[in-house]
Amino acid sequence: MTVESGMASARVDLERGSGDNMILNMGPQHPSTHGVLRLVIELDGEEVRRCDADMGYLHRGVEKLLEVHDYRGGITLTDRMDYTSGPSNNMGYLMAIEKLMGITDEIPLRARYLRTAVAELSRLAAHHIWLGTHGLDIGAMSAFLWSLREREKILYLFEEACGARLTTSFMRVGGTGPHDVGDQWLDNVEAFLHGYTLDEIDALLTENEVFIERTRDVGMITQEQALSYGLTGPVIRGSGIAWDLRKAQPYAAYDLVDFEVPVFTEGDVYARYLVRLNEMYQSKRIIGQCVEALRDLPLDAPSNVDLPQVVPPDIGRVPVDMEAMINHFKLVMHGVQPPPGESYFGIENPKGELGFYFVSDGTGMPYRCHVRSPSFVNLSIIEEISVGSLIADVVAIIGSVDIVLGEVDR
Amino acid sequence: MDFWAWLILITKVLAVFLLFAIGAMPLVLLERWILGRMQSRYGPHRVGWRGTLQTAADGLKLGIKEDMIPGQSDKGLYWFAPVMMVVPAMAAWAIVPFGPEVEMGRTIGLWIADLNVGILFFLAMGSLGVYGVVMSGWSSNSKYAHLGALRSSAQVISYELVMGLAVLAVIIYAGSLSLIDIVNAQAGLWFIVPQLIGFLLFVFAAVAETNRAPFDLPEAESELVAGFHVEYSGMRWAFFFMAEYANMLLMSAIVATLFLGGWRGWTIPGLEALTGVIWFLLKCGLFMFGFFLLRATQPRFRYDQLMNFCWKILIPIGVVNLLIAAGLRMAWS
Repeated sequence: MTVESGMASARVDLERGSGDNMILNMGPQHPSTHGVLRLVIELDGEEVRRCDADMGYLHRGVEKLLEVHDYRGGITLTDRMDYTSGPSNNMGYLMAIEKLMGITDEIPLRARYLRTAVAELSRLAAHHIWLGTHGLDIGAMSAFLWSLREREKILYLFEEACGARLTTSFMRVGGTGPHDVGDQWLDNVEAFLHGYTLDEIDALLTENEVFIERTRDVGMITQEQALSYGLTGPVIRGSGIAWDLRKAQPYAAYDLVDFEVPVFTEGDVYARYLVRLNEMYQSKRIIGQCVEALRDLPLDAPSNVDLPQVVPPDIGRVPVDMEAMINHFKLVMHGVQPPPGESYFGIENPKGELGFYFVSDGTGMPYRCHVRSPSFVNLSIIEEISVGSLIADVVAIIGSVDIVLGEVDR
Repeated sequence: MDFWAWLILITKVLAVFLLFAIGAMPLVLLERWILGRMQSRYGPHRVGWRGTLQTAADGLKLGIKEDMIPGQSDKGLYWFAPVMMVVPAMAAWAIVPFGPEVEMGRTIGLWIADLNVGILFFLAMGSLGVYGVVMSGWSSNSKYAHLGALRSSAQVISYELVMGLAVLAVIIYAGSLSLIDIVNAQAGLWFIVPQLIGFLLFVFAAVAETNRAPFDLPEAESELVAGFHVEYSGMRWAFFFMAEYANMLLMSAIVATLFLGGWRGWTIPGLEALTGVIWFLLKCGLFMFGFFLLRATQPRFRYDQLMNFCWKILIPIGVVNLLIAAGLRMAWS
């Protein structure tokens, strides 16, 4: 049997039910599968007997594309993986490269704080999308619009800092590249944080009896399941395991700021909801501390590492300074060239552990690149925890696992 | 009946019909405006002055859309289902009293028909409406529509019991099945005071019967996409939409009639009819606003929770409430 016909027969098996059960095809075009996930559900009445997740509808070959672009050119591709939190992806990608080059410790303090602040802002933005769509899945309409209104303010901050709202490409190898922020931006961030609250959401969802009924004891994930499936992020913290890479392996400025990792032990949809909701308040704390630290740094503090083989020179110097011109030419033509070797670096993306694995052969392009995407790993649990629940719960479960198909398929 | 009686009757029927044909449009617009306000957005504001022509434009768009019938569907039933939805919803309006009697040469009641079993007629029309849902779900030959229809029939049949129990308690107080008699019986005291529990039961049942949030499971957007009418488009879909609004308005009118004294309220001597109609519409509007508010704020129940809520909570309360009402009535008389 060839590979192709094997896949075709697998597809047919997916759509064949057992006995009198109904096979319901949910997606890839369905309002609640958060993108182009396809679920093939075997239903007995309204009860789910079997659930098969079929993904790959948004595959764009990002890993392969990263292998044929130079290291700096790949930044924009990472924006488009988890498109709800571009800066976080940038950071994971760049820190893996920096680890490969052995310059992790040389990143200046200003860049570390700025990266942390922007990554946390993107966590807030991503969690706001999750909050809105999760509420919408359960039928709460206003929460969606109120939540996205808050996200809009964050997007304005991104736009002000780097000109883009969604695909920010905020950072560069060795720092934050040309994007530095002034006091005005810090003022705006503080103004945003000052008025930031989730009280409205609490009133609409957290304390709403119907919402609690819909989410309590639904989609239970035990500690053992969470560990054996390799789940990360809010999903594992909702099952009582305090695993957060920001605490476990601090990177950027996370060892310099004070924050807590919210953990809930129930393991149901509501616990995961509460984890993310509390995380948003923690993000607010972190951003506030980063902004204060950025204010305290001198105005001329560098935001890029001082290595000509990594960071391009100031563009104004290129036409007048020979050294700068050569430097610029080398970087544009050959890119950043890490020494041969391999590296893996994982960061705490809003969805979980986002890891980048690189093998370098010493050229300007990675020999091999692999992405450990949290959405992909977390998605695998859906098939198991959906069984025995009702069809309405499946929607709640998908929302609570919080997947982004751009990252699942890559 | 003489010529004038016929003319008056036809005028009344036309007036009520126009109330829907034209009246539903501003209502939809109002809902979208109110929802917009609640969700910190504008709502319709492009077509016409501040969006006032939005629903007219939507209606026009739906009207000129291609008439599509899915190839695998049961054509006859598919065609008939929207009709089956709209007709009972409209027919039930025949018994709704809009205002008191008017003296204009002859006595004209501001209602189409004073049936002596009016409230039964209303319940009967409500039961007929579910056939439209089942037919559309069945004939579409779509799994989502099928699930939606199953949910809807179970839901509507269950909540009809709750509604029946609430209505029975009112009938015990009023001593009549005619809606006009029921309104007249509330001259002293609106029935919401002695029958607060019945009122709440009726409101729950009304929301469930009209398939509105938080009981909008049959058309649950996030699970069933659009539920029983997922395969419908164009004017046929518009019929379902109209039926939903006609039902909402009908439920508001019946709640106002049964529990809030119908057209009764403070009045100006000589203008009883006008103030009566205004009071009636105000009371309807209050409930319509309630429908909108629920939609903006409440998540959706799950199917089993909905059924538990009905059979384990509402129906026992309804039975006990009915027994108490009957006992009190016996003690009075």
